[in-house]
Amino acid sequence: MARHVVASVEEFDKTDRKLVQVKGRPIVVFRLGEEWFAMSNRCPHMGGSLCEGQLISLVEAERPGEVTMSREGEILRCPWHGWEFDIRTGQSRARPAAFRSRQHPVSVVSGAEAESVGNLETFEVRRDGRYVVVEI
Amino acid sequence: MEALSEAEAPAAAILVGTVDCDVHPEPPTTAELLPHLDPFLRESITQRGIGPLTSVSYPPNAPMTVREDWRGEPGAGPALARMQRDLFDGLGVGTAILNPLYGLQVLMSEDMAARYATGLNTFTARDWLDRDPRLRSSIVVPMQNPEMAVEEIDRWAGDPRFVQVMMLVMGEMPAGKRYYWPIYKAAERHGLPVTLHAGSMYRHGPTGLGWPSFHAQDYAANATAFQTALTSLICEGVFSVCPDLKVVLAESGFTWLPGYLWRLDKYWHGLRMEVPWVDRRPAEIIASNVRFTLQPVDAPPTAADLQRLMEHVGCEDLLLFSTDYPHWQFDGNHAVPDGISATQARRMMIDTPRATYARLSEVMS
Amino acid sequence: MNIETNPQAQDAGGAKVRTGIADCDIHPSPRDFEKEVYPFLETRWQRYIESYGMVQRVGFMGGTQYPKGQPRASRRDSFPPGGGGPGSDLAFMRQQHLDPHNVELGVMIPLRVGQQILNIDLAIAICSAMNDWQIAEWTSQEPRLKGSILTAYQDAGAAVREIERHAGKDDFVQVSMLSRTPEPMGNRMYWPIYEAAAAAGLPVGVHAFGYGGTPVTGGGWPSYYMEDMMAHSQSCQALITSMVFEGVFERIPGFRLVIVEAGIAWLPALAWRLDAIWRKNRGELTAVKRPPSDYIRECIWLTSQPIEEPDTRQHLVDAIDWIGWDRVLYASDYPHWDFDDPQQVLPVKLTRAQRDNFFRDNAFSAYGLSDG
Repeated sequence: MARHVVASVEEFDKTDRKLVQVKGRPIVVFRLGEEWFAMSNRCPHMGGSLCEGQLISLVEAERPGEVTMSREGEILRCPWHGWEFDIRTGQSRARPAAFRSRQHPVSVVSGAEAESVGNLETFEVRRDGRYVVVEI
Repeated sequence: MEALSEAEAPAAAILVGTVDCDVHPEPPTTAELLPHLDPFLRESITQRGIGPLTSVSYPPNAPMTVREDWRGEPGAGPALARMQRDLFDGLGVGTAILNPLYGLQVLMSEDMAARYATGLNTFTARDWLDRDPRLRSSIVVPMQNPEMAVEEIDRWAGDPRFVQVMMLVMGEMPAGKRYYWPIYKAAERHGLPVTLHAGSMYRHGPTGLGWPSFHAQDYAANATAFQTALTSLICEGVFSVCPDLKVVLAESGFTWLPGYLWRLDKYWHGLRMEVPWVDRRPAEIIASNVRFTLQPVDAPPTAADLQRLMEHVGCEDLLLFSTDYPHWQFDGNHAVPDGISATQARRMMIDTPRATYARLSEVMS
Repeated sequence: MNIETNPQAQDAGGAKVRTGIADCDIHPSPRDFEKEVYPFLETRWQRYIESYGMVQRVGFMGGTQYPKGQPRASRRDSFPPGGGGPGSDLAFMRQQHLDPHNVELGVMIPLRVGQQILNIDLAIAICSAMNDWQIAEWTSQEPRLKGSILTAYQDAGAAVREIERHAGKDDFVQVSMLSRTPEPMGNRMYWPIYEAAAAAGLPVGVHAFGYGGTPVTGGGWPSYYMEDMMAHSQSCQALITSMVFEGVFERIPGFRLVIVEAGIAWLPALAWRLDAIWRKNRGELTAVKRPPSDYIRECIWLTSQPIEEPDTRQHLVDAIDWIGWDRVLYASDYPHWDFDDPQQVLPVKLTRAQRDNFFRDNAFSAYGLSDG
């Protein structure tokens, strides 16, 4: 696996997501507060672009009509067919064992560290900045 | 010629001990029913001139309602004797589960329907079950009022010869709606499956496009009604409220099931958030809680096609053998279609009925 | 012939891809109803719509009682960047769908306004306006796109006049109806429409949906959108049953039917069931001279979407074997949420003939188009 600097943290000031290309592969990076997630942008079902999807709550029900909501923003819903994926595991809500959106480790590093990562294909790094690094 | 394994051998014969899970006793005449009715209903019938409640689902003289060679000629003897001759002696069935078809579900009055249901169940016990130990029956309930339906279930549940509860597939509202849950809970409590049988209360046209012109269309519409009823049972979460409930779809056809399930499964993946209590794949729910009677098979043209279709069905335990006697679904003794293996036949004739109807083992052992 | 759904992927050397695909269900919608459709409507109807709306057999002014799975029932990524609703911007449709998927023939079916409005004179006026709008905004701008003639089919005479008004124009490839009709679709009130379509050399394309007013199941109204969507396949089974048993295919030579957006895998079991019932009820079904499966095999096409997705994909191949590989037409349903991507829709090994049929040739046969 190689580490790739894909974005600066500032780019997430006004959005919770960014679509990046790493080695020609579309990867979507999400920021949830101080947590970061990266996954393949292609829905494993029919290829919908997951960065266009909605982040919703985990909706469950023990019994009909008795709905509970939790983990706000942690379930990614595909913009096409509405398949849901757990942003932490990539697993499909309907069938966790059968369908999974491919996850990639993601971290935030200082500018200094970003320079050492290399793979700075698209932008310049400021030493005092903070950067998002995805491993592929 | 090489010997066939049991799985490959053709399965035309009805095995000893076969349970026929959908058999129809001849509907009673008013005179036959009267002695079993509540006095108020009895008087109402005579005072108001109420005739037999014959549903348009099964016009008595329509070709499919009674197979030609099973029709009673004048002087052919009572209906029970004909059933004994044609079904037990003729086809070799061991046990028959009666689904009495009498049009009481079409009535608009809840009270009248409940009185008819009690009378019909009493008639079935006295005139059929008491007279042949090979017979079992469904409890017919007034779908017009679930509370009254529960009372009717409680009334008969102590008699082990009543092995399930019967409703019609087309009611006031789709079968899974909460309105009907008291019936399912009562059935589950007593260990009784609920069978949805072909037919309608005729509160609505039998198709999603209204009322058709011909009986043949009405009959054809039953298969689509079973499909929408099954969607309702699953989407409403009936089996998460009643996990031990078995629902038997009777006279439903089943060759539609694989294609139906592929579609349902696809929608469930995308619309799960609308019905989050449906927390298993629809196919899993059906495998654990729903069964289908065999006739009408609505079979593809060749045995090889039916074998392929059975692979699509996948689960070996979904089918319950039925002749649908005296409805005309097959000719001669060809109750098991070509393409059903001996193993599949054994399961549907003996194993699956015993697993579905706990009470069969109780009284048969 | 070599069907390619993605010219970029295959066309790196600059060689021309010879043929594209046919997409038999695309939904255009007006970006601005007043600007685009009012020019084709008399002033009195413009005022009427503003006062009373376009009421159908449903309790909401805006249509369905079953809120959809996505806004406007559309892909989230189909809202044009320049504004307007999904399917309202031809340039964006080209960029997002027609070009990348190499769509050579795109059959448009406008859905949101037109058919089954209760005020029959308004329904007639709207259908007519929407047909003119299809020409003005779409088919005259983009030769790959073809329209569907909307008809106020509660009034067969008016529907026939509208069909005749457009017969022979190469802007249109079919007559459009919606599956949930107020009366079963084989009823004689509709026969003149089928006769006019056959005379014009056009199939009738029946798209799922509509507000017939009766519950979508024989047992009443279900609770959930998921059930409503499921029930489209049952409604289409009912309409085929009605048309076959009423003898529509027997009575009207050359009549062709295309079922749109109801999936496909339910058709074989329906045909088997109808054959069994027909054999036993010949005395009642006097207009039906041959087994129902014969008419179904000869006169009916199905669009593929939403394609069924069995775990064992080979099972779908079996189903299409039973339906006939010459009967299924690829459709994307763009821009709607249950869109089927042409590159993902049949993840099985196909022969070249099967592929060509499914993605292109069947459409040309069904719509009676010469092979361009």
